[in-house]
Amino acid sequence: MTTARVWQWSGSLLLLAAAAVFPLAFTNPAITNYGVYTLIFVAAASAWNIFSGYSGYISLGHAVFFGSGAYFTGIATRDWHYTGSQVFALLPLAGLVGAILAVPFGLLALQVRRHTFVVMTIAVFFIFQLMAYNLATTGGTSGLLAPTINYNAATYNNPFYYAAFAIAAGTITLSWLIRRSRFGLQLRAIRDDEDRARGLGVRAMQVKLSSFVISAVPVAMIGGVWWYYTTLVDPSSGFDPLFDVAVALMAFLGGLGTVAGPALGALIIEPAELYFQQQVSSGYIFLILYGALFLVVILIMPRGILPTAGELITKWLTRRKNGTGPTGQRPPVGASSSEVDPTTDDSQGQSPRASTASGLA
Amino acid sequence: MARFLQAVADGISGGAVYALMAAGLTLIFGVLDIINIAQGILVVLAAYLSYALSVHLQLDPLLGLVITVPVMFVLGVIIQWAFIRRLRGRERTAMSLLVCYAVAVIIEGALYAEFGGTPVTIHMSYATSPTAQVHVLGFYLGYIYLIGFGLAVVAIAGIYLLLYRTKFGRSIRATTQDAVAARLIGINVDRVAAVTFGIGVAVTAAGGMVFGATNAFNPDSGYDLISRLLSIVILGGLGSIGGALVAAMFMVTLEEIVNIWQPTWAVVVYYAALVIVLFLRPNGLFGKKAVRAQ
Repeated sequence: MTTARVWQWSGSLLLLAAAAVFPLAFTNPAITNYGVYTLIFVAAASAWNIFSGYSGYISLGHAVFFGSGAYFTGIATRDWHYTGSQVFALLPLAGLVGAILAVPFGLLALQVRRHTFVVMTIAVFFIFQLMAYNLATTGGTSGLLAPTINYNAATYNNPFYYAAFAIAAGTITLSWLIRRSRFGLQLRAIRDDEDRARGLGVRAMQVKLSSFVISAVPVAMIGGVWWYYTTLVDPSSGFDPLFDVAVALMAFLGGLGTVAGPALGALIIEPAELYFQQQVSSGYIFLILYGALFLVVILIMPRGILPTAGELITKWLTRRKNGTGPTGQRPPVGASSSEVDPTTDDSQGQSPRASTASGLA
Repeated sequence: MARFLQAVADGISGGAVYALMAAGLTLIFGVLDIINIAQGILVVLAAYLSYALSVHLQLDPLLGLVITVPVMFVLGVIIQWAFIRRLRGRERTAMSLLVCYAVAVIIEGALYAEFGGTPVTIHMSYATSPTAQVHVLGFYLGYIYLIGFGLAVVAIAGIYLLLYRTKFGRSIRATTQDAVAARLIGINVDRVAAVTFGIGVAVTAAGGMVFGATNAFNPDSGYDLISRLLSIVILGGLGSIGGALVAAMFMVTLEEIVNIWQPTWAVVVYYAALVIVLFLRPNGLFGKKAVRAQ
């Protein structure tokens, strides 16, 4: 194990432990409330990234799975008369529903590429939202109300926190496993050049569809948690176009196609968003700030925090190595830059190694 | 049957306005290879501009176009120059969507700040009142729809003339075909891109005026608009203005027809039609052949 590996492992375990004891350390419900919503988005953004980040197909339709998970949990709770913690047992089923929906959705949408794919996912999204408005079983405009739970008020948030935590941790682990697998490599080959990947024997449709289905499962499960926590889903909150964009923004901010990036993005954006929403009384100032922040992030750091940071660290390490090289002398500026360039070029360039080279994740 | 024909007539006259807005979107896509998802909110912005001019300056919305068209054009050029131009690299498709979305969110916030969320309508006494309609061949058509149809025809004809009868139009078409080659033969691609974005946004001035006169709108209306416009340009085939025309007429007419029997499901049919057509023809009705993946 290299030192970098050791750092990565101990860092991840430390973060995991910190997240696990978070509600015990901060017992204030107002703070654990932040924790629950943040973990919901950590899970959603990481799951979205398993498909969109690795394959390069930008989906703006994952709210379909989020809303379906919420609605499924709501309908099942109502019809099967579940109460209290029993409802959490429905979450795996919600995941299954997400997977089942993802198959026809993916088969349709993955026929097309790029912009057309994005619009296809938006169209499917609107079909689902309109179905939620119009079907008899979804409660129409008024939506579905969750049963009240008689948890202790002081620790009320904790079961939701740990449910979201389990799903988020599971999603990130899954994302990590996929990234280092052959399957993950095939996905990234599709992202870099789908036609060439096909030529090399990647069964593109099968691979894309699998990752689409896999990424739908945690999103649907977390949708169930979200419904039970907010106690209400209606067509506009369950199938929310802002959900899609928020998830994409988080992944972009952290680093698209990296394992930790989307989680990092969610950790930054979601608490900030909640905080702003509380502080700024008028929604429109919030919108303007949100949009402006969004623009700044994209224009200054188009590749996200992790790849940019990884690049800087690589550059710094290389320079230090050169500085204390075998001759013990700092090489002249020209030579140094020519030695540094290959690595930086590689991580900025279009090669499949780009993401691997930019470390961290 | 009469209702059916009336629905077709409504669809065609209403579709023309959507065609105009979609033409701008598809023109931008053709040249810059990005989808301007701010187009929906820009239409709403243009509608509010016309509204403000008519309320505060008592300026007739039709006459107001003299002001709103250049304003929207300049705004489009600024958006392209300040943000879109800077996007490069593999993630350009996704980044451009996010940038346009961010612009849309900022405009939405500004509109809320200025006008609030209460829906408003542009009033044109001679065109929007219920009695201001003409009875042709058994159909009832509101004057405003005729005005919208006329504006759409004029604007689209103008775009066609620009594209196919001027030197600048030739450089736009060259850039659409191959931006790198266009640059090589001395076309100022950045300028073409900026002007095209400006034209694509300027058409929302006319579209927004008619939209605002025929619908009650608030800053939230942008979402519904953009999803319809996207469906239209994708259905017609990205980059094809003629395709956008046909698709707009088809979609709006289809919706009007379904509306006769099933008002609640009309919009579902609209999106379902899009999904089915794309499944059968992945490049839309008049799209170019598949583009090689990035």
